[in-house]
Amino acid sequence: MKYYIKRLLRSFLTLIIVVTVVFLLMRLMPVEGYFGASFDKLDEVQKEIKLKNLGLLDPWYMQLKSFYVSLLHGDLGESITYRPKVAISSIIGSKFLISLRFGLASLVVSLVVGLSMGILMARSKGKFWDKIGTGYVVGANAVPAVIYYLLIQVFVTNWFDLPLLFEKDNPVSWILPVLCLSLVSTAYYAMWIRRYMVDELNKDYIRLARAKGLRNKTIMIKHVMRNAFVPMAQYLPASILYTISGSIYVESLFSIPGTGGLLVTAIQRQDNTLVQALVLVYSSIGIIGLLLGDIMMAAFDPRIKLGAEGGSR
Amino acid sequence: MSNKVINKIADNTDSSLFEFAEYDASKAELTGYSNYSFWRSTIQVFFKNKVAVTLLIVVGFIILFTLAQPYLPNQKLPNKIYLDPATGMQLRNQAPNAEYWFGTNSIGQDLWARIWSGTRTSLFIGFAVGLFEAIVGITIGALWGYVRKLDALITEIYNVWDNIPTTVVLIILTYIMRPSVPTIIFAMCMTGWLGMARFVRNLIIIIRDREYNLASRCLGTPTSRIITKNLLPYLVSVIMLRMALAIPAAIGNEVFLSYIGMGLPLDIPSLGNLINEGRVLMMTPALRYQLLFPALVISLVTVSFYVIGNVFADSADPRNHV
Repeated sequence: MKYYIKRLLRSFLTLIIVVTVVFLLMRLMPVEGYFGASFDKLDEVQKEIKLKNLGLLDPWYMQLKSFYVSLLHGDLGESITYRPKVAISSIIGSKFLISLRFGLASLVVSLVVGLSMGILMARSKGKFWDKIGTGYVVGANAVPAVIYYLLIQVFVTNWFDLPLLFEKDNPVSWILPVLCLSLVSTAYYAMWIRRYMVDELNKDYIRLARAKGLRNKTIMIKHVMRNAFVPMAQYLPASILYTISGSIYVESLFSIPGTGGLLVTAIQRQDNTLVQALVLVYSSIGIIGLLLGDIMMAAFDPRIKLGAEGGSR
Repeated sequence: MSNKVINKIADNTDSSLFEFAEYDASKAELTGYSNYSFWRSTIQVFFKNKVAVTLLIVVGFIILFTLAQPYLPNQKLPNKIYLDPATGMQLRNQAPNAEYWFGTNSIGQDLWARIWSGTRTSLFIGFAVGLFEAIVGITIGALWGYVRKLDALITEIYNVWDNIPTTVVLIILTYIMRPSVPTIIFAMCMTGWLGMARFVRNLIIIIRDREYNLASRCLGTPTSRIITKNLLPYLVSVIMLRMALAIPAAIGNEVFLSYIGMGLPLDIPSLGNLINEGRVLMMTPALRYQLLFPALVISLVTVSFYVIGNVFADSADPRNHV
């Protein structure tokens, strides 16, 4: 327990540094960005007034201070260019929900498909299915994702007569985005479980179990799979939390109003408050996910003790 | 038990054990010689894999061809806009034909020339990023893993840097500096070395305290020599793997930057902005070739590097050498 508190405090410090660094980086960007298309139309005085209203003419440490003061009051601030004068929390709240739904759906699909594919590959090691699976894994990992997303959007929509874009009330339009989202992670899970099973089946405790005369099925379920779940437990919380950050490719290609492109758009339009809020959320997710993962891992595997010596990575 | 009092240890020793052995050259030959050579075995194992060898030839051919293509006869220029001799209009969106092998794009530039010029740019970015990542990552990773005093400091830096989303760094850097090839390389290196450094550090921590390193340290070997001679050779295979994988990753990142509109300007063709040009037109079936040709080239290049890297890493692992 003491270890977790210590670690939480340290992560909190890291979080503050990260947000501060991003805050300062955003202040390095050229001023034109705050005006968008109207930059050329305004004269110097008007520009000055706008910047002053945004609080951008104060020295940076004053800006930083006011940012943290409002953050302590639980106020993420208002968007300045993306949707002027709208509270950040209401912008990102609805988007997070949509991305989360898509992310969870694809996580379930890729876990089911990926794990069963990996098990199939491990059982036919070096034979036909293994080769097909390896080809898929290589393709999914090596080729830039946008290429097969584009091909899917162009061709698969035609072949199966599926809708090209996401429609809110049409459940069929969910199929392709979820499929696209799960392609890469399916490959990841398949590869991982395959390597894990191949390594594990040669170990002594499996041989002992076999020598004892246990049936193959029992060995798989009681010994191999139970051990396989430990690294999964470490990885899953972070990947569930990360789904709210969405996928920029899939969401823009299928025009899903999720979080995917939000960070990019926010940076391009220099919406400082929005960028800071997003970075804050994403970094906290990373830190919390890692911590939750470690806690779950320690809970599932009694041999793992955190904090005894340098437990942090 | 003997109850004889030993006065001097030297009295009780078997003096025959302390004589010089005769040197026999033929016997020394028998024990000391092995014709095992790391690199030869690696190459042997590598060449047994037919897929990898085929892809290696493909990659070699592509690299040679992109370098030689501008000097071949009858080549078009990648940025020249070609006009129809009869009407003087731009030759827009010509389907592939004998004159323009891969067709022309929406303003009448030759797609064949643009694709090879783009492959050249993208491969250059990939190699440069892979190389810089390896140099920076290995240096920092080796220090991080080996020098205990630096451990806490670099771990803190890593934690902070790793928690800043990669997208933020890439976009802000390309924004602050102007979009150009060096900017893109710099931005990717700023985010890419982290993974490499952490990876090298973990490996070094694993083998740092093995007995042979302990012995070496007892003999007073300087740290720099321990790192370069005792540790790094162990890491060759995995480092090569990371470098080979950095190339497809860099190409993918370039595609990503072009996709969000922060990539290279259009007069520097790259696979990323070719894909992006093709994407705009992909809903017209007759113009899909503008997406498919770059997509084909990019898939071939990335898959080849990925497979070659993996097979090479496998064959550089001494456990596969028997």
